[in-house]
Amino acid sequence: MAALIPDVVEDALVTVEPPARRRWPRLRVWRAVVLFIAGAYFLIPIYAGLRFSFENDAGHLSLYAVRAIPSEPGFSAAFWLSMRLAVVTLALTLVLMVPTSVYVHLKFPRLRRLLDFVTILPIVIPPIVLILGVLRAAPLWLRASPYLLSLVYVILSMPFVYRSLDAGLSAIDLKTLVEASRSLGGNWFNTLWRVVVPNLRSALLSATVLTLALVLGEFTMASLDLWTTLPVWIYQFQQVDAHVSTAVSMVSLVGTWLLITLIVSLDRSQSRRARRRTNNS
Amino acid sequence: MTSATSDEQLSVPGPGATAPGAGGADVAVRSRRRSLGRALAPVAAMAPFSIYSFLGLGVPILAVIYYAFQSEQGKPTLSNITLVTHGSYLLGFENSIVLALITSIVPGILGLILAYAIATSRSNLLKRLVATASGVLANFGGINLTFMFIATLGSTGILTAWLSAIHLNPWNFGFNLYSFYGVVLVYLYFQVPLMVLVITPALGGLRPSWREAAENMGASSWRYWRHVGIPVLMPSVLGGMLLLFGSGFAAYATAETLTAGTVTLAPIQIGSLLAGNQLAGQENVGYAVGLGMFVVLALTMILYGLVRRRASKWLR
Repeated sequence: MAALIPDVVEDALVTVEPPARRRWPRLRVWRAVVLFIAGAYFLIPIYAGLRFSFENDAGHLSLYAVRAIPSEPGFSAAFWLSMRLAVVTLALTLVLMVPTSVYVHLKFPRLRRLLDFVTILPIVIPPIVLILGVLRAAPLWLRASPYLLSLVYVILSMPFVYRSLDAGLSAIDLKTLVEASRSLGGNWFNTLWRVVVPNLRSALLSATVLTLALVLGEFTMASLDLWTTLPVWIYQFQQVDAHVSTAVSMVSLVGTWLLITLIVSLDRSQSRRARRRTNNS
Repeated sequence: MTSATSDEQLSVPGPGATAPGAGGADVAVRSRRRSLGRALAPVAAMAPFSIYSFLGLGVPILAVIYYAFQSEQGKPTLSNITLVTHGSYLLGFENSIVLALITSIVPGILGLILAYAIATSRSNLLKRLVATASGVLANFGGINLTFMFIATLGSTGILTAWLSAIHLNPWNFGFNLYSFYGVVLVYLYFQVPLMVLVITPALGGLRPSWREAAENMGASSWRYWRHVGIPVLMPSVLGGMLLLFGSGFAAYATAETLTAGTVTLAPIQIGSLLAGNQLAGQENVGYAVGLGMFVVLALTMILYGLVRRRASKWLR
């Protein structure tokens, strides 16, 4: 009898419409308003930028600005400089951060707090102050090279890279993986390269995307170090032709966005395939 | 057995040791040389990262602090500091702090509302779309953003044209995109997505069952937020706003490219000094401005720590 009562009560509760559904329409109106305003604020400037890129001076639709991009003076030099900086930065960042984070996770979990602290610093310290110090402290031969920027970009990308690696490492059973590989005779390099890195694929992908986006869009340090990277070129070229400048900046925006979407969806489909494979076997 | 224990102690270096017994069972006896190697391994493994961050972060910071107190002749002096705490440099700090406050509080609230609207929606497509978009837009400063806003709200921008068609041209009402409030408007564009990114995980911690419980006990929506929602979210919201404050205070590229350096802000003054626009005998003033920015950010962090401690006490 006593056991029956809760069932009766539960039945009575189930027949009552849950409060969440009653609230639903009001919430939906409210949400629609918020999303509409946000959508307008974020989309109108993108539309305006795109429209301006596809216009000529007379205000008519035209592809001339986009077509003119590759042949504009200085563009290809700036583009390739940015690309080289991106590749060097990415390689340095990964070589520096992957072994360090793996090692700390595996052997010194207590050092994670120190690593957390050090890698948050580049967010806290204004880039403009950092480059001020770097330009004064760096030796002359380094200041003469554009790769000084890469060295600093490694620092700037540390917060993002470490955070994605940290999340990725926390999600896998690193200790078991490493011990299994070691007991099967793998040396440290093999373990890192063939066991740990493949398991960190999505963390590495997001670290890569964030680093590339950072390097390709960085203006402050490049302009003050007097190197004409892509963003600096865009800024300077607006004096010559604002339509072309805007077109380049919109192309780089859309390009970055496509790249991120592509990489994320690639990763998702790959992990889905991997899951299916484990389910079948 | 005793020798194994002492060996174990030898091989455990410093405070960052692994959990007790983690590696103790595998090999009972080790040679002394190997344990020395083990003691040095962590040092060697951490060396690249430590050295790199010291050279890349520590040395530049120390250089800024050092040169802030140096005259051009290389003598210690306080004249840079005096100069920076008066007149136009003081104004630069004031403007920067006001700008950072506005662009952390307003986007903090807007970002929270937007994140909540998305977190409570049932559309996974929307959630994914917004997550990707926020990631892109939050890193979206500088030159691209400047061009987009000039094309939107510049004197010949699209929105300006739309609004002037209904006789609401904002430029006729004293609006100027290339001014302080123009910079505020543009900063919202990356600050709001940044807040959405930071606060979304915290919103996941706001369990629907709490809201249901509150409603079962007859609480109104307002009372739920007043007594449950806001206190639970407070530390994360403050943390997010601190991040926004830092990013608004430090941002240089957007303000510089939008106003061509005409707005008096501390980062823009540094940029202008670094580009060589300085009076003779004041070559090290830029470092003093940089030091001042450190001080402001450090005070913010301390304040945040105090508020956060208070907020967590309130939670308990």
